[in-house]
Amino acid sequence: MVDLTIDGAPVRVPEGSTILDACTSLGIDTPTLCFLESLTPVNACRVCVVELESSRALVPACARRVEPAMVVTTDSPRVRHSRKMVLEFLASSVDLSTAPDARRYCDRYGADPGRYGAAPETVAQPVKIDNALYVRDYAKCILCYKCVEACGADAQNTFAIAVAGRGFDARISTEYDVPLPDSACVYCGNCIGVCPTGALMFASEHELRRRGEWNEARQTRTDTICSYCGVGCTLTLHVQENAIVKVTSPIENSVTGGHLCVKGRFGFEYVQNRPDDEGAPS
Amino acid sequence: MFGAGGGTSSYEELEHTGVIVLWGSNARETHPIFFHHVLRGIRNGAKLYVIDPRRTSSAQWADGWLGLDVGSDIALANAIGREILAAGLENRAFVDRATSDFEAYRAAVQPYTLEHAEKITGVGTALVRELAHAYARAPRAQLCWTLGVTEHHNAVDSVRALINLALLCGHVGRYGSGVNPLRGQNNVQGGGDMGAIPNKFPGGQDVEDPACIAKFERAWSVTLPRKRGWNLTDMFRAIERGELDTLYVAGENPAQSEADQAHTMQLLRSLKHLIVQDIFLTKTGELAEVVFPATASWCESEGSVTSSERRVQRCRKALDAPGDARDDIAIIAELARRLDRRWPAYTPRLAWDECRSLSPFHAGMSYERLERLGGIQWPCYDEEHPGEQFLHARLWAEPFQGPRAPFAAVEHEPPVEALDERYPLRLTTGRRLDSFNTGVQSGGYTSPLRRGETLDISPQDAQRYGLVDGDRVRVRSRRGSVVVAVRIDPGLRAGLLFTTFHHNDDVATNLLTIDATDPQSGTAEFKACAVRIELPPFDELGATGPAAKQ
Repeated sequence: MVDLTIDGAPVRVPEGSTILDACTSLGIDTPTLCFLESLTPVNACRVCVVELESSRALVPACARRVEPAMVVTTDSPRVRHSRKMVLEFLASSVDLSTAPDARRYCDRYGADPGRYGAAPETVAQPVKIDNALYVRDYAKCILCYKCVEACGADAQNTFAIAVAGRGFDARISTEYDVPLPDSACVYCGNCIGVCPTGALMFASEHELRRRGEWNEARQTRTDTICSYCGVGCTLTLHVQENAIVKVTSPIENSVTGGHLCVKGRFGFEYVQNRPDDEGAPS
Repeated sequence: MFGAGGGTSSYEELEHTGVIVLWGSNARETHPIFFHHVLRGIRNGAKLYVIDPRRTSSAQWADGWLGLDVGSDIALANAIGREILAAGLENRAFVDRATSDFEAYRAAVQPYTLEHAEKITGVGTALVRELAHAYARAPRAQLCWTLGVTEHHNAVDSVRALINLALLCGHVGRYGSGVNPLRGQNNVQGGGDMGAIPNKFPGGQDVEDPACIAKFERAWSVTLPRKRGWNLTDMFRAIERGELDTLYVAGENPAQSEADQAHTMQLLRSLKHLIVQDIFLTKTGELAEVVFPATASWCESEGSVTSSERRVQRCRKALDAPGDARDDIAIIAELARRLDRRWPAYTPRLAWDECRSLSPFHAGMSYERLERLGGIQWPCYDEEHPGEQFLHARLWAEPFQGPRAPFAAVEHEPPVEALDERYPLRLTTGRRLDSFNTGVQSGGYTSPLRRGETLDISPQDAQRYGLVDGDRVRVRSRRGSVVVAVRIDPGLRAGLLFTTFHHNDDVATNLLTIDATDPQSGTAEFKACAVRIELPPFDELGATGPAAKQ
């Protein structure tokens, strides 16, 4: 076990824990965007930074392992200022309209992206719709790398996407930027499952949002078991007006770890291709 | 296995094992989330060996791919066993304490030298030796298989040949070591566990055991048959003999899923009464006198299913069912009422609690606990029991308890249909990532991966027949023929063809397959029939076999 101090309070956590783990054990709500329990930390977003005594720079809480006698401050003016700047930069360059967590953090830290221009335009671009199952709206992409990790070594191991380009030109891309149907993509949708901003989205959700009919307040979420093979994956069915509009899986599930295959994620249509259903969302 | 019909391990153990053998399984495509656990195992240092006639997308992850000839699994397993014995790598202590019939096994595998086996399997001796040594030396090892092993006329012998290897090395009954059939449907395991097989009551209890019969007769206030019933294959034989004229089919589409489809259709049409209960009007349903529309059990009703790791998990209602559809349990209960049976007003929960009262394996699995624990792995004997992560720890217990696990001396037998001059090519069937069985479910969504049915062919055979991707050919077996587009697959070896039965309405693959079944399991040899390829010109519409005209 390792003893350290966070915001003046002593805390003891197992060796190998991160500062984020230690914060969570104290009930401190640390903002994160590029972090997910099931993925390798990539330190991309910098929104989780904390102040570490004896460290010149702020350190990312999600990746930095605890050490004995560390003294950490999570809510100093310097930390708040840094988080606010990070959020302003993101919100001024990216469309965060479908990123509830990022918007919540913006409110918490008083981020004012308007200081850098009226509307987020830096990565503005048309939405990519090149298959029937999901869309990619990179105007909403904060380059958190989660989709790349979920497609790659952390889960799916398909490696259909990676970060291409450098600096302002950095973007998530298939090989040679080919459309998804020409890429290695197997449509597991595990990239959608980890995307924190809605840049990757079920085609059904995208279409309902476009028509102004997406309404989470009128949706139910029900956990059940996939109807296909015998692995027994838990599906969370998001249902609006008696139609499945999205499928996810709980990240803490021991079978799936939040990940599914194309049949589990998208193969539900057969229960709602009903002749009398033409007016319902699909 | 050894008295319990289920895989011995949990998925988590695949991540903490030394060697993983996938035998006749393309889990990367057919059990993708199981394969995630395999991938984590590989990342943690496990070696993967894939045994499959095709170099599948699973095989592409393997340290070794053993591309055996279709149906030579027993010869390969016996050769591995013999090599382990010849090298002195068997787990002698385990064999002595926990198994029986070892000497008969040793004698049976003696002829299967690596060189002799190579002539049968086509797999090089070095690779077989490598696998044998890796498996035997590993502190922990997992042996997993799917339909590549079981869809043969000698399925049960093939499975026993694999289990022999686990017994020989003590790779069962410990964390990280086990033998696991991966189930193809979301409740194949649960259906069997609930007694939807001819020889078992719920909870794996023997239908011919007088004590079990007495227990269920008492609970149900009925007189039960003293002998086991028929499996699906037995039933079709009985129809043929005229001993069975009424069939009640629930959630199954035999008109398209059975081998030798033309013959199957003929038998179904000869029935006096056919009742079909399904969520779709399937091809089987179209033949029925009475159709009961059912709800989709995984999202329109409550209940539970059991997975390949013996985990019982809750299914929940998320959607209102269409039209007159009713839950399976409501349909059956209503039928019972019309037959003047006094049943309680069954709900899924009431039926489950009745099962718990009769099946010790499930006794501790209350709905509350299933909810709280996110499913429980059987056996779970009482409400304090957490369920068993892996089976057969007793084989290692001191002192030894219960019956010994028997070796089985089994011999190689080639597929029933040998290749000859008229039918020189081996056709094997399987599944693709985005589709499922006869396609009635997976056909409902638009998959960007789907290219319609194809006959997959090796580059060598494509060249030999002068074919390129998309060319249409007629494939003919002794039972029928279909017209289908070819797709060149470098993962296939010369002489081997592959297709699926996902697109039955376009390509009725089971017109070709052979109804040669395993005498014990009743499974047909979907994995091996003999065919030939006919090149155009031919009549595109002139399908043959009586069923194809429908």
